Amino acid sequence: MAVDLEKILRPVDHPYPPYPAKYMTLASGETLVIRQATRDEVPTLLKHVAPLVFVERDYYDLVAARVYAELLGWYHYRMQDEYVLVAQIDGELAAIVNGRSVTGKQGMSLHTLAMRRGLRIGAHAFAAKMEYHIDILGQDEVLVVAESPIGFRRWMIEYQLEERFDTPHELGGVPSYALTKELFDRARSKLVVGRRPVPEDLLAKAHEAILPPSDPPTPPADLLAATRAKYDLTGTALILQRWAQDRSADDA
Amino acid sequence: MREVYIIGIGITTFTRLEYPLSEIAAYASMGALKDAGLTDVDYLVVANMGSARINSQSALASAVADTLSLTPAGAVRVENGPASGASAIKEGFMAVASGMHDTVLVAGAERMREVNSLEATDFVATLTHPMAEYIYGVTLPGHAAMFTRLYMEKYGVTERHLAMVGVKNQNNAMLNKDAHLHQPISLEGILDSPEAMTNNPWVAEPIRFFDCCPVSDGGAALILASKEVAEASGRPMIRISGIGQATDTLAVHEREEPTDLMAVRRAAEQAYAMAGIKPKDIDVAELHDAFTILEIVESEEVGFFEKGKGHIALEKGETEIGGKMPINPSGGLKGKGHPVGATGVAQVHEIVMQLRGDAGERQVKGAKNGLACNFGGFGNNVIVSTYTREG
Repeated sequence: MAVDLEKILRPVDHPYPPYPAKYMTLASGETLVIRQATRDEVPTLLKHVAPLVFVERDYYDLVAARVYAELLGWYHYRMQDEYVLVAQIDGELAAIVNGRSVTGKQGMSLHTLAMRRGLRIGAHAFAAKMEYHIDILGQDEVLVVAESPIGFRRWMIEYQLEERFDTPHELGGVPSYALTKELFDRARSKLVVGRRPVPEDLLAKAHEAILPPSDPPTPPADLLAATRAKYDLTGTALILQRWAQDRSADDA
Repeated sequence: MREVYIIGIGITTFTRLEYPLSEIAAYASMGALKDAGLTDVDYLVVANMGSARINSQSALASAVADTLSLTPAGAVRVENGPASGASAIKEGFMAVASGMHDTVLVAGAERMREVNSLEATDFVATLTHPMAEYIYGVTLPGHAAMFTRLYMEKYGVTERHLAMVGVKNQNNAMLNKDAHLHQPISLEGILDSPEAMTNNPWVAEPIRFFDCCPVSDGGAALILASKEVAEASGRPMIRISGIGQATDTLAVHEREEPTDLMAVRRAAEQAYAMAGIKPKDIDVAELHDAFTILEIVESEEVGFFEKGKGHIALEKGETEIGGKMPINPSGGLKGKGHPVGATGVAQVHEIVMQLRGDAGERQVKGAKNGLACNFGGFGNNVIVSTYTREG
C-alpha cells in the first residue's frame, strides 16, 4: 500500500484568525505598516534576511539564521501554526516578527528582526506580535526569550515579563519568560500603538512588493575591523591601525 | 604668552566601541598626528572622566603615551567631569603658550558603554553634590528636567522648542559620518502624531527621550603647536584665540537664580575679552547640548541671543547650518554623541573642520571664527573657547 509520506511530515495548521493590519507614525515621521505576510512572500523575505546572517553584532547573525530557518520551515510546511508579520515603510521591509501557537491558550514568540534601527521599529513589531496572541487569538500568555541584551531590555524589562523558568522555550530550550494578558493590559497604553483600518493606498503599497531594506545593519568594514571594532562602521580603527603599521614599516 | 595653533585633528566614530579605552584615545591621536604630519610630540594631555570607575583603568595618560610609542614625553590625565575635554585643551594651551613645550597632543576618550545604561547614569550622577543631591537620587536627566521646567515657566520655552533642537541636531548628525545617531527624526514623529508618546516617552518630565544625548564611546584628539611649528607644518593656521573658565555652586539649588548659567556667561566673557572679539563675530558654534534645553540657554549665555530669546531665534531657523548663527552642525552631543571625556575635544575638532572648510555637507560657508562651550557638572564648571582662522 502506498504511503503519502508528505502527509505524515506536514503538520496540520489550526484555522486561526488573521492579524488585522495597522499603521503608525515613526519618530522619523515616516509611516510604518504592520501586516501579516503570506507563505508566497517567503522567498522574498529570505532574500532580505540572508545578508544579516553575516552581521556579527547584536546577535543579528544568530537571529537572522534562525529566522531564515523558521521561514523555510513555514514555507515547506514543517512548522505548525506559525505566522509571520512584516513591518514596511513605503513597501520597504523594516522588520519581521514571527511566532506560533502551542495551544489555543498559549503562544510561543519566536523572533523579532529589525532591519532599520533607532526608531523603535522592532519594539512596535514585537508589540504587534503580542497583540496578535493576546487580543486576536485570545491566548492567556505568550512565552518569550531574548537572544540579545537589547531584546532583554525591550521585552523582559519594558513589559516586566513573568519568569516561567520551569518551561523550556522552543528557542534552544532556555528558560522562558511569559507575557500574560494582565501584563499586556498594563503595558498597552505606553507600548502598544497603531491605527486601523490602514488607508487603502498604504495597504496596497505594502502588498504590492516587499522591497529590500534601504539601510540594513551591515557587517564591519572588513575582517580585521571585525575583530577589533564591530561597531566602527567607518573603519576608523582599521585605517589608523594600517597607518601605524605603515609607519612601523617605514621606521624599520 | 605665545600664540597657540591647532595643526592636527583626529576622531573615532562615536558609537559603541569594542576596543580598550587607551586604544580609543590612541586611534584618535594617530589621526591627529598624521594630520599634523608629526610622529611625536613633547607632551600629552588626556581627558577622561570615568576610566578608573567604569573601565577599571587609572593613569590613562601613561597608557596612551605607551600605546602611541610617545615615551618618554610627559603625559597627564585631566578629569573635570564633562568639561574634561576643554580642560585638557586649556592645559595644553598653557603648556605651549608658556613656552614650556612646542607640541602637545590633547586627546579625549571615554568608553561608557562597557557598563549598562543604569550604571552609566549613576556614574555621571557622581558629579553632583554628594550630600545635597547625589544621596537623594538626583541624576543629570532629573536636574535637566527641573531646570527645564523653571525655564519654561519663566521664559515661555515649550516642549516644541525642545523637540526642534533635537530634530535640528539629530538631522545635522546625518551629515556627519562619525556621529552616533544616524536616524532622522521629525516633529510629527516625536511630538505630534498619536504614537509620539511611545516613540518619545518621558525620561524625566518635561524631558523626553529625544531631548537626551546618547551614551557613547569615542575619542577625539588635537595637536597644539607654537606658531613656529604651525608655520613649518604647512597646515591651515587655526589659532586658539580665547579661553575662559568659570565655576558656579556645586549644588544647583544654592544659586541665586537657578535659570541663569553664570559660569557659561562668565567663561564666555573671558574668552571674548582674550580674543578681542564679540559674540556677533562668531560664525559657528558647538554648544554642550547634553539635553536640548541646554543649547537654547547656552546660546543666550554666550551672548548670541538676548536672555530668554534663544527659543525665538530657534523658531526663526537662525541656529540651523544655513542660519545667522549656526549651532552644532556636527549634530552636537544630541546627535553626534557624548563620550564625556572626549566631548570637549570633539567640539573643537568640529570647529577646526569648519574653519578649515573641510566639513563637507555641513560646512558653514565662510566660517572664520568659531566657539565651543564645554559644560561641566550642571553648569558648575564651564569652559568657553574661541578659534580663529588666519590667512
